[in-house]
Amino acid sequence: MNWEVGSGLNIGVILLTVIIVAAMLIWVERRLLSLWQERLGPNRVGPFGLLQVVADMIKIFTKEDWVPPFADKFSFVLAPAIIMVAILLSFAVVPFAPGVGVIDSNIGVLFVLAMASIGAYSVMLAGLSSDNKYALLGSLRAAAQMISYEVFMGVSLLGVVALSGSFNLREIVLAQADGWYVIPQFIGFVIFLIAGIAESHRLPFDIPEAEQEICAGYHTEYSGMKFGMFFVGEYLGLVLISSLITVLFFGGWMGPEFLPPIIWFVIKSFIFIAFFILLRAAIPRPRYDQLMSYGWLFLLPLSLLNLLVTGAIILST
Amino acid sequence: MLKLIQDTLTSQVHTLWLVFKHAFVKADTVQYPEEAPYMSPRWRGRIILSRDPDGEERCVACNLCACACPVDCIALQKAEDEDGRWYPEFFRINFSRCIMCGFCEEACPTNAIQLTPDFEMAEYVRQDMVWEKEDLLINGTGKYHDYNFYRVAGKSIKGKDKGEALNEAEPVNVRSLLP
Amino acid sequence: MSLLFYLAAFVAVISTVAVILQTNVVHALIYLILSLLSVAVIFYVLGSPFAAVLEAIVYAGAIMVLFLFVIMMLNLGQHTRDQEKKWLSLKGWILPCLLAGVLLFQLVSVLSSYDQNMAPETVGVLEVSALLFGPYVLAVELASILLLAGLISAYHLAKK
Ligand code: SF4
Ligand code: SF4
Repeated sequence: MNWEVGSGLNIGVILLTVIIVAAMLIWVERRLLSLWQERLGPNRVGPFGLLQVVADMIKIFTKEDWVPPFADKFSFVLAPAIIMVAILLSFAVVPFAPGVGVIDSNIGVLFVLAMASIGAYSVMLAGLSSDNKYALLGSLRAAAQMISYEVFMGVSLLGVVALSGSFNLREIVLAQADGWYVIPQFIGFVIFLIAGIAESHRLPFDIPEAEQEICAGYHTEYSGMKFGMFFVGEYLGLVLISSLITVLFFGGWMGPEFLPPIIWFVIKSFIFIAFFILLRAAIPRPRYDQLMSYGWLFLLPLSLLNLLVTGAIILST
Repeated sequence: MLKLIQDTLTSQVHTLWLVFKHAFVKADTVQYPEEAPYMSPRWRGRIILSRDPDGEERCVACNLCACACPVDCIALQKAEDEDGRWYPEFFRINFSRCIMCGFCEEACPTNAIQLTPDFEMAEYVRQDMVWEKEDLLINGTGKYHDYNFYRVAGKSIKGKDKGEALNEAEPVNVRSLLP
Repeated sequence: MSLLFYLAAFVAVISTVAVILQTNVVHALIYLILSLLSVAVIFYVLGSPFAAVLEAIVYAGAIMVLFLFVIMMLNLGQHTRDQEKKWLSLKGWILPCLLAGVLLFQLVSVLSSYDQNMAPETVGVLEVSALLFGPYVLAVELASILLLAGLISAYHLAKK
């Protein structure tokens, strides 16, 4: 077959690192938000409050893990697992640096999209099985939002795929050796960024879990570690989107020689993570119908146009 | 469409930039238990009962504060000593109900009850949130240093007869025919 | 590879049976998704990664989501479950089982006449697209026109 499986050690290290980074992001996000809101943020537990994550973990593990009696137990338990598995599987195709990565798949980009669409089930099942009107409303919104933004996400990526001529993420990075794709594909980049936020339902597109309107949306009934999995899943999604942007538009691990490639990758991804947190600090949440019409009436034509123009340019040169 | 793009650029990106600039501003909050924040003198916090400049209790047990209190957390009982002064026999504030609205201070005719800039009054036992007169009464005049209710009121007490108060005329002898 | 194939096939068969026997609609849908995903794995093993991801994206990822969406709106309770249980009686099973058995027999006899080559060469995205936009371009265009018509009529109905 045309793929290489990384060694077991490689897989284990990547899995652990990704999960730990996602957990640390809880602290990073709170510190950065407080920086932009002129507060101090969590700084008590350990140096700079770094151990806050550990404290949160202890808290969430020792909390009562309660399944409401009216819930559909099978789907209720299944839902948080799906989102974790789907997002962690997507990391399998992300090339972190030369030689670092789980598999080199010929269908990497499509695989990520497939996993994103599997992830939508998590949210829907969670809302449906909770038997709670806020949860149901949240998951209805989530379902509509996720399947529509998946479309723009896919179409916005096709420009990059057409330029590099491959669905393989590693080859896409290598194809950017003489120029990052953010320059020819700037519109694609912006659309992917917006769709990525909507896909991982982060603020400002956290309409499925808008606290002020529908409690906590689809995870209203969740507690303990099941809630924790949704929570970490959201941050995993953030890491995934940031590293995908790095890979697809900003040349992945490429950078001047004086730093090792993996460091370049981490730096670039972190810039996008920080940007997502800045978005959360600055931009208010749009209304639900605004989000949908913005997507279908503005982003879809724009991304199709982008694809068309890219194709025309590729054919003419 | 063009307008939407323009709005995005001028409004959203501008917002992002403005919020980003806050990264270089000093934080407004302080490290609380080690570093005390500045409290304005008129902050409405822990309630005290003050004394007048002579060192006597100011409260005359008129119950106006208890009436004004929107959450009914003040309870007191009037008593009278031998020289005619009224005073509260007990004076109880339930701080687990008090909302620090300051209405009691507004209502008090004698400036006895006052709110102070102190908020550190958490307790582990809820019963400890009920403060008695001994806990509330301080040895000072609080915010109003010269005010002495009995020196301006018409009521006679020991050492101050009718007509001896500030800005008060001698009482008119209605039985006398002399001018 | 063939172990992977048999594993996926096993999961697919079991979960498809579970779809039929399940009386709770949501659970049945979850099993259906599982079955579709294992079919995607089978595609992958048989050397068609593109078909595999498309199966995951389009069937499991989009169409099933719409099914779930509709079920969410319907508010199915205990009574539908009871109704389903009633329909699963032995009497209703005999004829479909017989017919399915005949089909299975035909399938097996046809398949056994082929020589089984388990691992043909991989068909990549490029080959598939070259075929789609080469010899089959008319079919692709017709299908997309059909979809467009569906889209427009759905829009029209929603506008009313
Ligand atoms: S501050 Fe308000 S609530 Fe508290 S005792 Fe005074 S009147 Fe009552
Ligand atoms: S504190 Fe003031 S208002 Fe309250 S009873 Fe005493 S004198 Fe009256």
